[in-house]
Amino acid sequence: MEITNPAALPADWRDIFALTKPRVMSLVVFTGLCGMLAAPQLLPLVLGFTAILCIALGAGACGALNQWYEVEVDAKMRRTAKRPLPAGRMDRQAALHFGVGLAFFSVLLMGLATNWLAAILLAASILFYVVIYTVWLKPRTPQNIVIGGAAGAFPPLIGWVAATGHISALPLLLFAIIFLWTPPHFWALSLFVRSDYAAAGIPMLPVVAGIQNTRRQIFLYSLPMAAAAVTPWALHLTGAIYGVAASGLSLGFLILAASVLANRATEPAQMGPEKRLFGYSVLYLFALFGALVADRFLAW
Amino acid sequence: MVKLEEEVVRRQRERAKITAWLLGAFVVLLFFITIAKTGINW
Repeated sequence: MEITNPAALPADWRDIFALTKPRVMSLVVFTGLCGMLAAPQLLPLVLGFTAILCIALGAGACGALNQWYEVEVDAKMRRTAKRPLPAGRMDRQAALHFGVGLAFFSVLLMGLATNWLAAILLAASILFYVVIYTVWLKPRTPQNIVIGGAAGAFPPLIGWVAATGHISALPLLLFAIIFLWTPPHFWALSLFVRSDYAAAGIPMLPVVAGIQNTRRQIFLYSLPMAAAAVTPWALHLTGAIYGVAASGLSLGFLILAASVLANRATEPAQMGPEKRLFGYSVLYLFALFGALVADRFLAW
Repeated sequence: MVKLEEEVVRRQRERAKITAWLLGAFVVLLFFITIAKTGINW
């Protein structure tokens, strides 16, 4: 018998791995690691490794459950149509079992290896991403990414709590930075792939409120984001290395956000400033959190 | 064209191998977590 329905086969391990959205996971792992390394006390190596592994597995569970829920939407968008579920290479039920299993495993292991406050925060971030963002907000409101962005802001907080066992001002500021960074980051992307979102019926801001309004919102959100980025330095929670890096990187972000605001193009091919801001926003977060760790080990 | 039975067996073997490695790694990780939690310095 020859293969006519790939979903009837046991899923290939590469497709199971792709279900965890490895590229998104890398940013989550990095910010979680930086949150943990910025804490005043360091975990033993194996416990630190386990905490980061749990954050990665939790993010993987979010990716799997998100793809399980959004299979019809993903099938309508060019960017996501080749994922294992919409492409029919994997059984939907298997994705659900994998995602739920991974979520429980990551939370339990986090609790056993570090502390239960970190495990509760990890569980809350998974529930927030899957239930509040994916199921509730994303298909209903253009503010989806504003509130849903909180889910992606959890990792540095979880990393810090895994190391210390408590919440303090610096990890809350790290949470605020990612929370305020998420809207300009995603809206820059959604401007040049808005036809995809429109085709899938997702009410992203450019689809609902228009291109110029989205550009204005990107710039407006960049201002409190830049302020939040320099606040740890202003409050003497970090040293000059972080302060200089945060100021320079945020200035660069604001300049690019201003160039997006000034752009009047409506075709994706002419949206150079939006593409530059999107690329820079990823670099910005990596560099900002990298500077935080450099500051912790070189300046304190 | 690959036969269905051959592809099923190939994928099951691949997944069984990966599962075995992951389980082995998990056991080793649990061992080291226990050591770290009990505060033994190596």
